[in-house]
Amino acid sequence: MIQRTLRMGALPVLPLLLCLGCEEPKPRTASEPPPRREEPAQKPAADGVEVLLCDGKTKTVVAPGTSGTSIAGALMDEWLRKNPNRNWEAEERERHALQPAHDNGDLVQQQDVQQQTYARITPRDVLIWKVESEKLATAGSRVFHSGDELGSTIAVSCDMCHPHAANTHPETYPKFQEQLGRVALLRDMINWCLEHPVRAKPMNSDDPRMRAMEAYLYAQRKGVALDYGKR
Amino acid sequence: MSKFKSVETKYMETREAALRALSRLHRRDFMRVSTAVLGATLARSIVNPHSFQLIQVARAQDEVLPQPGAAERALPAVAKEDAPKQDPKGGFQVAYISDSHLYDKKLNDRFVNQLMRAVDDVNALDPQPDFVLYGGDLAQLGQAVELELGAAILKNLKAPVRMMVGEHDWYLDMGEKWRELFGDPSYSFDHKGVHFVVLNSVVEKDFWTARKLTPMQRMQTVAGLDNGVQSPFSVGDAQRKWLADDLAKLPASTPLVVFSHSPLYKLYRPWNFWTEDAEQVQALLNKFKSVSVVHGHTHQVLTNRIGNINFHGMLSTAWPWPYAPEGLPPLTIQMGRADPFNPHDGLGDGVLTIHPDALIDKLYNLWNRNPITISRNYLASKGTKDRPKPPPLKSY
Repeated sequence: MIQRTLRMGALPVLPLLLCLGCEEPKPRTASEPPPRREEPAQKPAADGVEVLLCDGKTKTVVAPGTSGTSIAGALMDEWLRKNPNRNWEAEERERHALQPAHDNGDLVQQQDVQQQTYARITPRDVLIWKVESEKLATAGSRVFHSGDELGSTIAVSCDMCHPHAANTHPETYPKFQEQLGRVALLRDMINWCLEHPVRAKPMNSDDPRMRAMEAYLYAQRKGVALDYGKR
Repeated sequence: MSKFKSVETKYMETREAALRALSRLHRRDFMRVSTAVLGATLARSIVNPHSFQLIQVARAQDEVLPQPGAAERALPAVAKEDAPKQDPKGGFQVAYISDSHLYDKKLNDRFVNQLMRAVDDVNALDPQPDFVLYGGDLAQLGQAVELELGAAILKNLKAPVRMMVGEHDWYLDMGEKWRELFGDPSYSFDHKGVHFVVLNSVVEKDFWTARKLTPMQRMQTVAGLDNGVQSPFSVGDAQRKWLADDLAKLPASTPLVVFSHSPLYKLYRPWNFWTEDAEQVQALLNKFKSVSVVHGHTHQVLTNRIGNINFHGMLSTAWPWPYAPEGLPPLTIQMGRADPFNPHDGLGDGVLTIHPDALIDKLYNLWNRNPITISRNYLASKGTKDRPKPPPLKSY
């Protein structure tokens, strides 16, 4: 954007900011940082006023007198343009089918004669459990299918050998793996594959990508009986 | 029998042969062996303590021992790549290499080396095959640098090459570069009395325009085997019309071999082990008495027979794929689950011995393990004869 030295009075800017604040507060998404408190630096442009979104980064230029709704719309468009991955979950689920998490809906209707707090289950609880569990598995699917996320130096991803996580059999771990010289957990085999066929760095056990991938692999084996030690 | 044996396997085979030999030892030999063993015991610090060869030395004077390598020599000629290729019934040989999925070699040398290994395998065949079928998916993302690299490597083949196209070669520029390098993807030719047809069976309906995908996004969508956004493969109306015209002039007794990248039947839709208009294509092939279809894409030993059409899969040189969780043809004898600790396991190339009746003895030359041969008798007898033994470890 071309910045000009032409100065405009501070007066038209202030009511616009106020206007933004009262019209259609935009719901915050998870990927947005919390709004900053400091006063954004307002620099007037040639034909309009520069307005800053509450993330402190997204800007748009509007003509003086533009309605707050239009400004909010312009800011939102700009934010969407800068965040192409905002719909990552829906996109990932469309690309790679995910086994659904268990639906605990039947628990809502049950009468709790023991009046236990733990057993007081609302539809909202059931929804949160499902959405959050599936979100982690979906994040795992995203890592699993992306050589970049995995850190592969040769553009290899897990799905090349394991479409839909086939042939990973997470239900058979832990098992003794003579090639590793010890009993392997699922994450040990993931790390072996990362280091060798994928040629990436191994991940810590608490690496968010490792946690997500484990979630995905277990999710994909829904309904298969645990059978540790199976070859 | 294996080309490659671990120390443990060699030890166990030697031990078994020695114990068998022991039961037939004469008293005189036994004395000699005892002396030898005593000597070995004395020299224990320098002699390998598990050497059973001492007994074999004693026996070798009297009779031929069952040697560990004996079975290897007894292998049928077709199962050994370096064995003479004369076929008493007048068949001829076609080697195949498939699914190399090359990236630029600066990015990924692994897949490049693996294709070069296959080229070496085929060049080592003596006598040379009549031609080499390349089964598609030469490139991983259809980029010019990948296709050119593949073309350069395949130029090292001594035998002439027949190219087939795969979806990884196509969906970046809709086949522009591939056609520039290799010509039309669907064509036919006659060789030693057999009519060959090569198809582009990876035609997908337009899923990209409505989604506003860039060419690279389209390519990456198709490149994901389990990516559900893409459309199913098909041969398509135009090509089916061309195929019908091509076959119309041939009598039903003509032996017919079809090369297609995807299997020309419906196996498993989520991985595009599938051709949407398979039934219509099969209907065109059905008038012929004997038809074989050889396909890539599935990266595994895969066998099927529908009516009088026989289907054979090809191995990949890049990575192996697990078997589909459902829909596996009953005639398929699986290749054992690939060993993740063995970098080239489950990969390879192979040889088709094509007989005058268009039936194929299909050799899967699996690297780092024994080859598997699916004989024409196995398919012609609907699996009752020449049935290969299933492996202990299956993919699941």
